[in-house]
Amino acid sequence: MSFLTYLINGLSLGSIYAIIALGYTMVYGIAKMLNFAHGDFIMVGCYVIFTICSTLSGNTIVGIIMAIILCTLLGITTEKVAYRPLRGAASPLAVLITAIGVSYFLENLALLIFGADIKSFSSVIKWSGLSFADGALKIQGVTIVTIAVSVVILIVLQLFIHKTKEGQAMLAVAEDRGAATLMGINVNRTITLTFAIGSALAAVAGALLCSAYPSLSPYTGAMPGIKAFVAAVLGGIGSIPGAMIGGLVLGIIEILSKTYISSQLSDAIVFGILVIVLLVKPTGILGKKIQIKV
Amino acid sequence: MALLEVNNLSIAFGGLRAVDDFSINIEKGELYGLIGPNGAGKTTVFNLLTGVYKPNEGRIKLDGVDITRDNTIKINHAGIARTFQNIRLFHQLPVIDNVKVGLTERFRYSALEGILHVGRYKSVEKQIDEEAMKLLKVFDLDGERDVLASNLPYGKQRKLEIARAMATSPKLLLLDEPAAGMNPNETAELMDTIALVRKEFDMTILLIEHDMKLVSGICEKLTVLNFGRVLKQGETKEVLADPEVIKAYLGE
Amino acid sequence: MKNKKIQDQLITYGIVIAAYIIMEILIKTGNLSSHMKGLLVPMTYYAVIAVALNLCVGILGELSIGHCGFMCIGAFFSAFFSKVTENILPTAPRFFLAFVIGIAFAALFGFLIGVPVLRLNGDYLAIVTLAFGEIIKNVINAIYLGIDSKGIHMSLKSSMDLNLEPGGEIIINGAMGITGTPHDSNFTIAVVVLLLSLFVVLNLINSRDGRAIMAVRDNSIAAESTGINVTGYKMMAFTISAAIAGAAGVLFSHNITSLTAASQYFGYNASIMILVYVVLGGIGNIRGSVIAAVILYMLPELLRGLNNYRMLIYAVVLIVMMIFNWSPGVIDTRKKLLARFRKGGSHGTT
Repeated sequence: MSFLTYLINGLSLGSIYAIIALGYTMVYGIAKMLNFAHGDFIMVGCYVIFTICSTLSGNTIVGIIMAIILCTLLGITTEKVAYRPLRGAASPLAVLITAIGVSYFLENLALLIFGADIKSFSSVIKWSGLSFADGALKIQGVTIVTIAVSVVILIVLQLFIHKTKEGQAMLAVAEDRGAATLMGINVNRTITLTFAIGSALAAVAGALLCSAYPSLSPYTGAMPGIKAFVAAVLGGIGSIPGAMIGGLVLGIIEILSKTYISSQLSDAIVFGILVIVLLVKPTGILGKKIQIKV
Repeated sequence: MALLEVNNLSIAFGGLRAVDDFSINIEKGELYGLIGPNGAGKTTVFNLLTGVYKPNEGRIKLDGVDITRDNTIKINHAGIARTFQNIRLFHQLPVIDNVKVGLTERFRYSALEGILHVGRYKSVEKQIDEEAMKLLKVFDLDGERDVLASNLPYGKQRKLEIARAMATSPKLLLLDEPAAGMNPNETAELMDTIALVRKEFDMTILLIEHDMKLVSGICEKLTVLNFGRVLKQGETKEVLADPEVIKAYLGE
Repeated sequence: MKNKKIQDQLITYGIVIAAYIIMEILIKTGNLSSHMKGLLVPMTYYAVIAVALNLCVGILGELSIGHCGFMCIGAFFSAFFSKVTENILPTAPRFFLAFVIGIAFAALFGFLIGVPVLRLNGDYLAIVTLAFGEIIKNVINAIYLGIDSKGIHMSLKSSMDLNLEPGGEIIINGAMGITGTPHDSNFTIAVVVLLLSLFVVLNLINSRDGRAIMAVRDNSIAAESTGINVTGYKMMAFTISAAIAGAAGVLFSHNITSLTAASQYFGYNASIMILVYVVLGGIGNIRGSVIAAVILYMLPELLRGLNNYRMLIYAVVLIVMMIFNWSPGVIDTRKKLLARFRKGGSHGTT
């Protein structure tokens, strides 16, 4: 039974990674850049909810909605101000370093505003959960909600991309930006929309992450952000179902290695997996082979 | 024995046979043209010859040696150098260093000698310098030796790319649309450059080109590709007079 | 041109030596506070690691954001060696061997990380080095290592689990790290290490291998078809860069009484700070890295009041510098403005 509990906890953590990884993978696939600050958008979302719910004792729903709105605006603004000017720069490192700058900026801004001390975050999910087999197997409410939310997000996102005009435009820009422009697709708008969706997802992930692990600091988003990137690579970067699978696999591995091997070394194990994936199949589980254009 | 022997080369991307049953024989010293409408698979042939893509079927032999499965680096060492349709220079390096990179494998000293500037470093660097200058002179780029490659005018960038390819001392030179984007004057100058390369280095050249004037002016033999397949192969005059070829170019 | 390159190199060495002499004079004449004196060695090893990172970012064109991880490797391996041999070897050969060991292990780790990552294109190196920097701290914090007459004992649990004999000594004490490493670093040795790092990197750039590395940076596809072994040259540059970072680590650990794998020294933030030095000094401009490292390291010490805002300012500097130097739009505007300015100038003279 305890193994089952760990497995479910792994699925839950994996669902959070998956939601973050979706944002990473969409931005990577469509804007062709690694948004290093993506993890910090999560942290911003958490602080928004924390401020509204705990400090101003506001309504939880309002807090979550505000977090989604503010993170979306943050994503759009960041793209416009910091990333767009560097599109087409001579060195691909330019936008990557700028993204690191943004990440660093957000972390240190949060440090100045909220301080380095760890805030205890009260869960946005009040439901205590279910209990099976006379209490031998208890599943927390936040676990169930997290898994459910991630499934809903995946389905909605897939429908959006395959059934709407905007979604099709995203696929086209991901495939060939030049050709998409010639087909009359507004590339700038499509990329902005991608950042908006990715950042909104980061806010949702933030709410779930801090509900499951209720300690909030300026660095809350950094590690989950990096791990979600590992998940995206594991699943095949650019692939939406891949991000989901990668996230779940990574979450389960992390929880199980924390439980059965060593909690201090679990991060090392997670990154060991990244190295193995890069060695064996750099395109990930669902990624397609990238043909270099010569 | 021909310098380049290609037999029944094929590659498919997904369901599309980009190059299908392609064969060609190029004799030493020949200037051979590869032509065909857009999307006929010409650049794909170049990418197959240089190991960027691996063929699904077929053989490539250079000077009797099978290079079908070799990677790009090994193929260059075996003696094939190329230029690119969209110019690919080392844009942040000066003109002379672009050529020197091409000389890397021919004039060697160990990494340690390089880092400490001892041993063969001085003498070999001197050789590299002289050799690079010799090449730049041939291509009339010696006046721009210290200019960054990205700051060269377009026509000279094309020339530099050829000079860099020649620095690797190839047996076969592949030119991918060298006249693309050039005005008639520049094209004429390019034709002179190609003639010069043949004369100075006794070079065998395979070139992809759209400019019919250039092709008919300098190529001795032609292969016409259409939808990945060889449409016609032979002496330039014959090929260009062929009704099938005219149809492929001008449509019905 | 050849001479100009050599001249350029000599200017760089000259600046370092001049700065060293000025500092020494200030010390000798008693014009440098002891606080400032304590900053000289750190300032120099940060210049060393900035040179190392610029080799990776500016010359090789690959982003590493875990370079402090290599510094950490160099620091711990060399400190371990010095601690163990403190009573066996005299100072000079011991410190020399400590350098050999610190550099060798940092290079080894650089090589091991490079193998899976450097054959891929894209941004993987950034993520993997970042992960490496974080992991190496976790791992070292979990290691307990002691020595007694039976040999070396290791544990991942606690110092008690080492089961040392009464006379045994704990060398690495988990999160408390290594205490009492001999204080062998000094400003002169640090400057010598900086000069040697500069010598290696600048000489490399002006050699056939250096040109090949920069060719890979500028266009790896063209480099391959020019017969350049792209992965090999990437490995070479990255390994050398890690090795130099390791040398900075040796200086670090022999300048501090209590060496811990703390975030403040080896974490993400520290690595970003080095990146700021490199970006501000100019990507690919080795001399610039040294100058930027020295100024930026000293600046916050001189402007203590701004300390809270320092990181924030670094972040803004990073973003603004990148956009100013690399944005195609901004470059265009700058060129136009410059052209207009020149035109205006020539009007004035005629």
